[in-house]
Amino acid sequence: MTSLSAKIQDVFDEPACDKNRGKDAKARKEGCARPLTPGAAAGGCAFDGAKIVLQPITDVAHLVHAPLACEGNSWDNRGAASSGPTLWRTSFTTDLTELDVVMGQGERKLFKAIREIKEAYAPPAVFVYSTCVTALIGDDIEAVCKRAAEKFGLAVVPINAPGLAGSKNLGNKLAAEALLDHVIGTVEPDDAGPYDINILGEFNLSGEFWLIKPLLDRLGIRVRACIPGDARYTDVASAHRARAAMVVCSTSLINLARKMDERWDIPFFEGSFYGISDTSQALRDIARLLVRKGADPEILGRTETLIADQEAIAWNKLEVYRARLQGKRVLLNTGGVKSWSVVHALMEIGMEIVGTSVKKSTVEDKERIKQILKDDNHLFEQMAARDLYAMLSEGKADIMLSGGRTQFVALKAKTPWLDINQERQHPYAGYDGMVELVRQIDLAIQNPIWSQVRERAPWDCQPGVKDEQPSTKNETATVHSAQEFAGTTPTISASVEEIR
Amino acid sequence: MSRVVSQTKSASVNPLKSSQPLGAALAFLGIDGAVPLFHGTQGCTSFALVLFVRHFKETIPLQTTAMDEVTTILGGSDNLEEAILNLKTRTKPKLIGVCTTALVETRGEDSAGDIADIRLKRAEELAGTEIVLANTPDFSGALEEGWSKAVTAMIEGITRPGERARQSKKIAILPGWNLTVADIEHLREMVESFGLHPVILPDLSGSLDGTVPDHWVPTTYGGTSVEDIRELGAAEHCIAICEHMRRPAEVLHKVTGVPYVLFESLTGLKDADQFVSLLSRISGEPVLAGVCRRRAQLQDALLDGHFHFGGKKIAIAAEPDQLYQYATFFVDMGSEITAAVTTTDMSEILEKVPAESIQIGDLGDLETLAGGADLLVTHSHGRQASHRLGIPLMRVGFPVFDRLGSQHKLSILYQGTRDLVFEVANMFQADRHAPTPEELDPFRKRETPGGPRSSPLARH
Repeated sequence: MTSLSAKIQDVFDEPACDKNRGKDAKARKEGCARPLTPGAAAGGCAFDGAKIVLQPITDVAHLVHAPLACEGNSWDNRGAASSGPTLWRTSFTTDLTELDVVMGQGERKLFKAIREIKEAYAPPAVFVYSTCVTALIGDDIEAVCKRAAEKFGLAVVPINAPGLAGSKNLGNKLAAEALLDHVIGTVEPDDAGPYDINILGEFNLSGEFWLIKPLLDRLGIRVRACIPGDARYTDVASAHRARAAMVVCSTSLINLARKMDERWDIPFFEGSFYGISDTSQALRDIARLLVRKGADPEILGRTETLIADQEAIAWNKLEVYRARLQGKRVLLNTGGVKSWSVVHALMEIGMEIVGTSVKKSTVEDKERIKQILKDDNHLFEQMAARDLYAMLSEGKADIMLSGGRTQFVALKAKTPWLDINQERQHPYAGYDGMVELVRQIDLAIQNPIWSQVRERAPWDCQPGVKDEQPSTKNETATVHSAQEFAGTTPTISASVEEIR
Repeated sequence: MSRVVSQTKSASVNPLKSSQPLGAALAFLGIDGAVPLFHGTQGCTSFALVLFVRHFKETIPLQTTAMDEVTTILGGSDNLEEAILNLKTRTKPKLIGVCTTALVETRGEDSAGDIADIRLKRAEELAGTEIVLANTPDFSGALEEGWSKAVTAMIEGITRPGERARQSKKIAILPGWNLTVADIEHLREMVESFGLHPVILPDLSGSLDGTVPDHWVPTTYGGTSVEDIRELGAAEHCIAICEHMRRPAEVLHKVTGVPYVLFESLTGLKDADQFVSLLSRISGEPVLAGVCRRRAQLQDALLDGHFHFGGKKIAIAAEPDQLYQYATFFVDMGSEITAAVTTTDMSEILEKVPAESIQIGDLGDLETLAGGADLLVTHSHGRQASHRLGIPLMRVGFPVFDRLGSQHKLSILYQGTRDLVFEVANMFQADRHAPTPEELDPFRKRETPGGPRSSPLARH
């Protein structure tokens, strides 16, 4: 546990993190873990975060050392895409039983599990995740991994991020530490070149990185490693030979970028592939960093030409939606919109942003939002489901963009909703992705079901019929049980009152 | 009689199980005004929540005691108390269903003692809210056990003990977790058609049936009322459905003296007949014409459908009671169970599953055993095996996250069995291959039809 505590201290003190830089020494030492309120907490644990960051590495066997729930309740639930291997979607867990826990057989079972995986699947690497219970009973997964690696002659990587260590975000960072400690730099590529880059924190959700890669290909830029989206183990292991890096989801992998810069002199920038101007800026930044590292400066001109062409095409396509979406009000409810260029593009075609959450945004981010939105009232830290529901059912937004967690708040409030988080069905990155996002917003808002679901039953609209709560299944169930107790429960209205 | 083969692998490959606390939480979700509370880290709750949402497509009230490293060392009773009080203030629930997890059970928390203390100390603040505990470590059992333990705990904790005056016509029904919303609605209608008054515990048909409430509700809306659980002892009879409901039925009998009858399954003509006869006997009412008509429709479906089932090889992976439900359905239609995988060897029902052997295992085992089968039957996670083996997948149980409407699929009594016959027959018809001369050539290389498929292990 002590080495884990040291690691946690280390990742909390992240000099490249905007938020962290804004703190004084004492606050920095306390780390960025927010104490959770029992009975009012939401979000995943550190193990969840580690798995999210690493599991999209497609040819690795991901083995979760835990009782059933950690893996059994969560496997194959994210929308990252692979262009080849499918092993990452096969779930492996030691599924510890009571006997294993009581008899202390965890380590032995883990070792045997690694052997079984090696024999049946021959993966280039096995990633072994520790979890609350195996941390609590003191299983030394580092030792087991080391022994297994020696014995079986393959990379066996311990991922020390048990759920009780903290939040999902911490898990992201601990996963990055595991890559730094055990993976990156262990394979020397024989084809390193001046146009090699790493993309860090890109998950290839719905395959959206494939909307970007052809742009880079066109410029002659090679993606040495995209971590983790559609990655292969060897890509990651040889990522230290890239010339430059872009950090896409900076809150999750900023520590990885900074340490790779320190260790292997790979400069990085934070950017985004969401939105038109951000995509262009990212391409520019990549080219500039490569030139700084010795690439031929002619790439800068080619990049500008490509950007001009692609932007023109995208804006052209978006223009079609202006008439349909002009004046429509968008509520953004996500951990932190990293890409203000999405907001910018939506506003550009005439949409209005009526609110955005800034829970995970940095101070600078907030300033930028204020400038774009020109109204502080539209910023909120986090909105309780009840308030969100109230806002939406009063019709204060035409669509909510959020993650799956609040999906049904919007839908039950009969408001159009679009998933912009990890379970989403559509790729939104790059120029085409932005057009796709707007197209999906349009499809959601203009769908003919909205007028149908908001329509009350004809018999409920007649004057004189009670209007406080139109009948739901809920009530019929209660009314029904009230009838059962005709002898003991006085009236139907009493039980209706009771359910409110 | 089937032979149960125990698991020898160390690495579980593609789990079949969902965790035990998840099963308990599901049972609590069938109670009106309830919030299940996982006593563990936030991740335990988050994973279960996401899985519930993916399956039901509903908001799911589910909370956590948010244990961390420090509280794991010092003990979780303060977190438990804080969580309960927070839930009480914020959501005003009628029931908080505490489900323990592997973390607190490994630590050896005395959650029952803690809850007793909290109730005593905070009696005033907690007035009007029942707190029930299910000890459900993730390292044993699965959905079935969790569900069963939660129902048992509610009866032990809430139902008024002692023999009572029986309310004539009142029937307690304890359904297994594998009954869908549609099943429960149908069950209720059937029981009511005999003039009986069913109290169904738990009742997911009230809370997770996909209705749209007109105001924001932070707890479950609909389901069995706490008051109904309290008065369960006034029932004339109890009908338990599925072997895993034997324990709650026995506890109800012990606590209140209500006699029970257990149905291992309500799928299939014979079981439906027995169930309907029992209702008729209890109520003294004749079977209505509409029910007879449904029975006749099922008979007709059996006649039309049996062509498609005869000789078919079926591979099923499910928790014990659901395995029994579907295995008997297929065997009664003339099919053969060539692979049966389940989660535990502890259930009595396994002896009765009509399969030669039953593997305790996971979907990796199903994939290995299912070579040559005509149909896979399991939950949505079977999709990868189905794809690799090229065998169609019938999605049953939990979770079903890649098809809509699983909760509105009927699978019991005459009508549900009829629907199942059609569903499966249609899958077979959709998957039919045109004959080729090569296949039919009498001099072809004679392998067993379907052939032994290459090991899925070689496919990566």
